[in-house]
Amino acid sequence: MLTKRIIPCLDVRDGRVVKGVNFQGIQDVDSPVELAKFYNQSGADELVFYDITASVENRPLFTDILRQVASQIFIPLTVGGSINTLEDFDRVLKCGADKVSVNSGAIKNPALIEQAAKRYGDQCVVLSMDIKRVDGKFHLFAKGGRVDTGIDALEWAVRGAEHGAGEMVVNSIDTDGVKNGFDLEMLEKIASRVDVPIIASGGAGKMEDFYQLFQVPGMDAGLAASIFHFKEVDIRELKRYLVKKGIPMRV
Amino acid sequence: MIAIIDYGVGNLFSLSSSLSYLGLENQVTGSAEDLARADRLILPGVGAFGDAAEKLRAAGLVEAVQKKVEQGAPMLGICLGMQLLFDKSFEYGEHKGLGLIQGEVCPLQDDLTPPLKVPHIGWNSLDIVRDDPIFKYIQSGDYVYYVHSFYAKRCEESTLATSRYGVDVTGVVRRGKVYGMQFHPEKSGQVGLNLLKAFSEL
Repeated sequence: MLTKRIIPCLDVRDGRVVKGVNFQGIQDVDSPVELAKFYNQSGADELVFYDITASVENRPLFTDILRQVASQIFIPLTVGGSINTLEDFDRVLKCGADKVSVNSGAIKNPALIEQAAKRYGDQCVVLSMDIKRVDGKFHLFAKGGRVDTGIDALEWAVRGAEHGAGEMVVNSIDTDGVKNGFDLEMLEKIASRVDVPIIASGGAGKMEDFYQLFQVPGMDAGLAASIFHFKEVDIRELKRYLVKKGIPMRV
Repeated sequence: MIAIIDYGVGNLFSLSSSLSYLGLENQVTGSAEDLARADRLILPGVGAFGDAAEKLRAAGLVEAVQKKVEQGAPMLGICLGMQLLFDKSFEYGEHKGLGLIQGEVCPLQDDLTPPLKVPHIGWNSLDIVRDDPIFKYIQSGDYVYYVHSFYAKRCEESTLATSRYGVDVTGVVRRGKVYGMQFHPEKSGQVGLNLLKAFSEL
């Protein structure tokens, strides 16, 4: 039976994990490689790395880290951040990424989704969306959630799937950081319109939030960062809890 | 030495890394001479069947693979590489495979009912239907990572393991020393490493 997935997300800037990581039992808490190893041992089903390095000069630092992670950890790796061209796809895939997540790059150039899907296959292209309610509508935001594009997010999701996005990371700006649960209303609306796997992001604060998430039809995975980084939720414990509640998990 | 066949289809970094991680000598290569020197072969692949089969032929590697198999060298096809082992595929038309294992590759879409999605992406439990040395280090029910939209059918005789996704998805096949895995052992954590280790000991 296919399981639901739990995915920690690591933001990497200039070679280090950002968002002050609070860990015990790890020597170097800011090292993406050490953290990735820890999550792998904790039962994470996949890892997502976002390169939030601002300068192009420091980009090789990130690809070097990716290569190190991919040579020691053998679960799926998704990489995002600053993906604007097919060359960017190529760069991270060669370093061991399995899937590439596009966000602002696809808003600037929607053809990128289709081009990448044709070259690398749908399974490789993850469309990541930052969505926020504006006047009762779901708007798509760009540049890390800072800029309102005015685009209808539900329509954008449908378009993305039609053009070959094999998965979607759906991040709710409204619930992000609030830790009061995923944005079930918005996720339900997206899931009823597209039939590709959906990775929900934004709002997880406790184990029960993941249970509620997986009650929504069409939800395949839950993604979170700080609650895992700060050990507020332990992945192994979370999976055991969900299995008890009848959610299929890899344990 | 394990030769990972490079015919321009897909990313071989993880596969090569996982073998190195296990301490297994391996070489990513597209040369028939290297294949002839190898002890065993791995045929990887992602993308479309027709395109991949054509590339394998164009690279002049089909004969090298067949010869190696005739000599009794163990071979492992992974994902699309597994599908290529079969007689034919119905992925966008009809394409001829290597014919090393009897069976056909068909779209999952035709056999599934909603809400099951295609591609079949994620961790699924592997149900061993016929015991085999390839399972030496794993157990029935262990999880492996799948990403695919087509699957092998009419290959009951060679099927060693399946995963349930609306239908019984063919997970592991074998004929002689030729093995195929629909999932990605190089992305299936410790279970995947254990399968690769068993393959290296065949």
